[in-house]
Formats: sequence, structure tokens, C-alpha cells
Amino acid sequence: MSRDPSDRGQDERYVDAAPYDPGASLRELERKDLDAPNRVLVWRKFKTHRLGLISGAFLLFCYLMLPFVGFVAPYGPNDRDAEHIYSPPQGVKLFHEGRFLGPFIYPMTSEADLETFQWVVKPDYDTPRQLRFFCEGSQYRLAGLIPADTHLVCAPEGATLFLWGSDRLGRDIFSRILFGAQLSLTVGLIGITVSFVLGIFFGSVAGYFGGKIDWVINRAIEILRSLPELPLWLALSAAVPSNWSPVAVFFIISIILGILDWPGLARSVRAKFLSLREEEYVRAAEMMGASSGRVIRKHLLPNFMSHLIASAALSIPAMILGETALSFLGLGLRAPAVSWGVMLNDAQNLANIEIYPWTAIPMLPIIVVVLAFNFLGDGLRDSLDPYQQ
Amino acid sequence: MEILRYAIYRFGTMLLTLLLVSVLVFCIINLPPGDFLSNQIAELRATGQEAGVAKAEFLRREYALDKPLWQQYFIWMGLLPGPHGFSGMVQGNFGWSFEFDRPVSEIVGDSLWLTVLVNLAAVLFVYLVALPLGVLAAAKSRTMIDYTAAFIGYLGLATPNFLLALILFYYGHQYLGLPIGGLMAPEYEGEPMSWEKVRSILIHLIVPTFVIGTSGASAMMQRLRANMLDELGKPYVETAVAKGMRPSRMLMKYPLRVAFNPFVADIGNLLPAMVSGSVLVSVVLGLQTIGPVLLQALKSQDMFLSGFVLMFVALLTLIGTMISDVLLVLLDPRIRYESRDT
Repeated sequence: MSRDPSDRGQDERYVDAAPYDPGASLRELERKDLDAPNRVLVWRKFKTHRLGLISGAFLLFCYLMLPFVGFVAPYGPNDRDAEHIYSPPQGVKLFHEGRFLGPFIYPMTSEADLETFQWVVKPDYDTPRQLRFFCEGSQYRLAGLIPADTHLVCAPEGATLFLWGSDRLGRDIFSRILFGAQLSLTVGLIGITVSFVLGIFFGSVAGYFGGKIDWVINRAIEILRSLPELPLWLALSAAVPSNWSPVAVFFIISIILGILDWPGLARSVRAKFLSLREEEYVRAAEMMGASSGRVIRKHLLPNFMSHLIASAALSIPAMILGETALSFLGLGLRAPAVSWGVMLNDAQNLANIEIYPWTAIPMLPIIVVVLAFNFLGDGLRDSLDPYQQ
Repeated sequence: MEILRYAIYRFGTMLLTLLLVSVLVFCIINLPPGDFLSNQIAELRATGQEAGVAKAEFLRREYALDKPLWQQYFIWMGLLPGPHGFSGMVQGNFGWSFEFDRPVSEIVGDSLWLTVLVNLAAVLFVYLVALPLGVLAAAKSRTMIDYTAAFIGYLGLATPNFLLALILFYYGHQYLGLPIGGLMAPEYEGEPMSWEKVRSILIHLIVPTFVIGTSGASAMMQRLRANMLDELGKPYVETAVAKGMRPSRMLMKYPLRVAFNPFVADIGNLLPAMVSGSVLVSVVLGLQTIGPVLLQALKSQDMFLSGFVLMFVALLTLIGTMISDVLLVLLDPRIRYESRDT
């Protein structure tokens, strides 16, 4: 077979004209790569899952920011500005009439429209006001502990800074979304912890011991899985006494969300246990006198902990959406607590959304976070089996 | 006849499950401290209306609310004689709604079959959308079609149902002239069935069906796609292509049949989610299903009403799951009839 002369290198040897792809070596793992610890392998494969990686970084950023939202948000979650009710979003601009001013906004003036009987809030384009940075504003607690009143950015003197508009009480939607994230994002974490503990406990007991226990747990799983979640969530949260403090309500709601989620997890744990308990190393551990608890914890669970983590990432969105739905219907978190669902409660009717579309903005972070968790979970699941090409 | 025996066996287990569910439901509706009547009595006492107290006390005795809980449960189910002999769920007496001061069956009335209708429409929608899209996404995997379908699917999963409902309603009304709110035009409410009424219901069904079905359809589509991709890599597909079968015919005839199984089996997962969705969407859109009734009853601790609605919702999903199990056996002869002994 004759080759094109251009393929030949200086010493007449064949050189492939195709460009060298450094990423290719990642996919063709060599023997020494395969012997690396599992987490190295998983990480290496996860890195190639672009969407999962970005989502993971984004979520990490969101969660790390939670303790510091008071600093980032220009206002407190319940600061009202009676002068600027339903103020539309204000854009931050840099140039005023061709002149560079640094970040500034046009102050909003509100006046009553006597024909429609609405407050019309309009920007005043003549007097640009510069934003203040690292300024003093309303009190908040850093990480819930350290009292502070320094904000990253504040409204100019005598003007407002409603980046995403204000709601029916004149509260800043942007700040409320940041504070709402504290509850909306942690609800999923607490819920998944509850569901994890219950799911692993019941699943491993059923799978490891088998027999009657297995039968009973399996029936319970089947029954719980066949019931629609939302009506049960509603019924359970309707039972929460209305005089409880917001913090207590928050915890009980997250637990309620977790209580109904465990059967799915328990089922997959059980299936794994059924197949793994026949392995020789389990027999060996038992013969050396390890207790059932030790065999389950030290020998069996580590086998598929990573799978469980991936499935956890995939079930957190359901809990975030659940909290949103409950609060939206008025049976979940209640004001003065701030969560994305509570905020959307304002956007309940069509007329509101039509006239003040920005009250529906809290749906954006919900969609983005839920999508991110889905992508992260998908990426984790795909990379958990590093030997699979 | 084997199949008939299996169907009867499956029906039996469903009844048993329903019994357990009734215990669960009864516990849940009794969770809030106090009940509607004792709250009312306390309120009447506080405002000094002794006449009303007597009536409420009478109702309490009438519905055996003064008995211990376990007796209340059996009386509610109709398994023990109450003040009026055997009269409970089993006998078709669903109890009394204290808030509306009418029997529960009168209040739920029409909304029962409307609930069934909405959910049926949503299930149909899921199948009609997910089947072609899933197959298409698998057959054209790693092309624009696949990515677009995946993107829409992800959005469907991530958008909260109630928001989608609001948005679609708004745009549907503005650009397509779809009606807002309710399941039929107001003039048909309480009217006997007629063609106009059916038409009105069908038009009103469009948006709710779409909203309730989207998340289910996207989940179903992704699963079908994954199943199809697994099948498409197998040698028999290669053989079929090699002998010159047209791709569309090949897809329909072999891989789809195999990939179809989980599709039917999945209805057990799909239905609970769907019913949940329909409750939420009904509240937002003001559909006359039992969703708003449930919410109202839960908020005012109207326990017999909420208990009945919860039972009905559970029954709906249980029946659906049962049907899918029986269908699955019909569809796939490899499935064993007996329950698995592990």
C-alpha cells in the first residue's frame, strides 16, 4: 500500500498526520492508571463530563456562599420600602450620557396613575446616583453567629437598589432570593440525610437478614412507593401546629420531605445487599466473628456508597421542588421565613404576573439549581464505574 | 386462565394494601391536635354561644369522635358498629364534612370523575409524547434532535409544575385564546352531559394535561431512550440491518418491543407522581378536581373529607399499578406469575 509522501517523517518512518489529542490518553487507560485508588479514577472520569463538572462547581459555590448572603445582599430579607412598592428591576449602568461614572443607577420615582389606580414607578434619567461599596446597612449575622452591618454594595443615599425589582411590600427581590437560598438549598440536604439514614438502615437490614424482616420491609416499601407524595406531604405538614417557630417548622418540613423519600433508596440498597451478601469476603468476615452491624458497615456499604451519593444528588431536586410546592400552597414554610417557595406565593395569580412579571423571578434560581443537581447526578453516575469505557 | 388467576391474586393484594393504606391515612388525619368539632366547641364556648355547643357535642357523639382512636378507625371503616350500626367506608358511607355541613360524597361528587379524567388524559399525553420522542432520540442519538429532546426533557423535569401551569395559561390565553381556569365553561357546571359540555371540557383540558404530563413525559422519554440505546447495540439489530431491512421497520419490529416492557412497568412510578402533580396543578388552575378540596379540608382539619380524598387518591394509583402489572404479564410471557420467593 503506497502512502502519501507527506506522511513520512525525516527518517522515512511513517508519522500519522492526524493531530495529537492529549485528551485521548484519558480514555485509553493503561494498566498503571487502572491501579490508582478508586476516587482518583472516578475524579478522572468525572472531569471529562463537562456539564457535570460545571454544575458541581456552581453548586459548591452556591452552598459556600450561604453563610455570607447577608454580606452580598444589599438589603435585609424583611426590609420594607413603603415608597417603592412593586418597583421594576433597576439596571446597573456605567456610562451616563457618554461619560464614565462607575457603577451607578437611576433613582426610581413613584407616582399614582389616576386612570388605572396603580403606582407607576419610573426611573429618573437626569440624576444618576453612584453605588456605594463596603458600606453600612441593615444588621445581619454572618454565618448566623457574628453580628455585622457591612454590605458589599448598598443603594445610593436617597435612592433604592432593586436589582430584580421589589415585591408587594417593597422588599428587594434580589436580597430575598439570596436569603431564601439559605432555606431552600438546605431543605434538600436535611431531607436527603433523613432519607439516607432511613433508606440505608431499612434497605441493609432487609437485604442482609432476608426472610420475614425482608418481607415486611419490602411490603412497606411497596406501599409507600405506590402512594402519591404530594397529598401525603400536604397532610403531614398540615399537621404542624401553627404556633411553632419558623426554625422548628423548617426542620419538621425537611424531615417530612425525607420521610417519604427513603423507599426508593432502600430498594436499591436491598437489591445490592442481596447480591453482595453471598460473596466470599462476607462469609470470611462472618466466620472471623464480625457482628452483623460491622459486616454491613465495614464490608458491604463501602461497596456502593458512591452509587448512593449519585442517587442522592438525583433526589435532592425532588425535595427542593417539594418544599417550593408546599410553601407555594401555604402549607410549608411561612413568613417571616424566606424561601423561594414562600416568595413565589406572591406570584400566585395571573394578574400579578402579567403586571409585575419580576415577582416570578424566584423561579429562575429554582430551575437552575434543580438542573445543576440533575447534571451533577448524571455525571457522577456515569463516572462511578471507571473501568467502563 | 393462568392470567385470570394472576389478576385475581393481584386484586387481592391490592385490597390488602388498601387496608394498610387506610390505617396510614387515618393516622395522618388524626395527627393534628384536636379535631374540627372540639376546636369549634372551644371557640363557641369562648364566644358564649351555648346553643351551638349542644349541636357540636351531638355531632361528636353522632360520629363517634368521643370514642378511643382505634374504635374510631374501625367505625370509620365500617368494620365495627358505630352509633348508627355498620356504616363506614366499606358500606359506601364516606362520612360527614363538618366544614360544609354536608355528606362527603355530596361535596366530592363530580370532582371524582373529573380527577380520573384529568389523570387519564395526562397518562395518555405522556405515552403519546414520550414514545415517539424517546425512539427518535435513541435512533438519532448524538445529533441535534437528540440534544434538543434532552434539553426540553431536562427543562420539563426542572420547572416546578405550578409555574409551568401559570406561564402556559398566560401564553395559551394570550396567543391561542385558550380559556382560563376551571375544567369547563361556568355555564355547564351542574348541567347534564351534552356535546357542548364535552367540547368545553376537552378545550379546558389542554393546558392541565400538558402541565401535569411534562415532567412524567420527560422522565419516560429519557428512560425509553436509554433502553433503546442498550438494545440498538445488540447483534440482532446488526443482523436486521445487514439483511437490508428498512430502519424504521426494523426499529418498530425488534428493539422497540424489548424496550417497551419497562415502559409499561413504569406506570407504577409514573402514576403517583402524576396524581401529585394533578393535585398541585388543580389548586393553581382552579380545576374542579379533588385537589382544591383536599387542600381546603387539610387547612380546616375537616378530617373525614381529607381522609376520603387521601384514600381516593391512593386507590387511583393502586388501581393504575395493578392494571400495569396485569398488562405487563400479558405483554411479556417471560414474567413469572407467582410472587418472587427470595
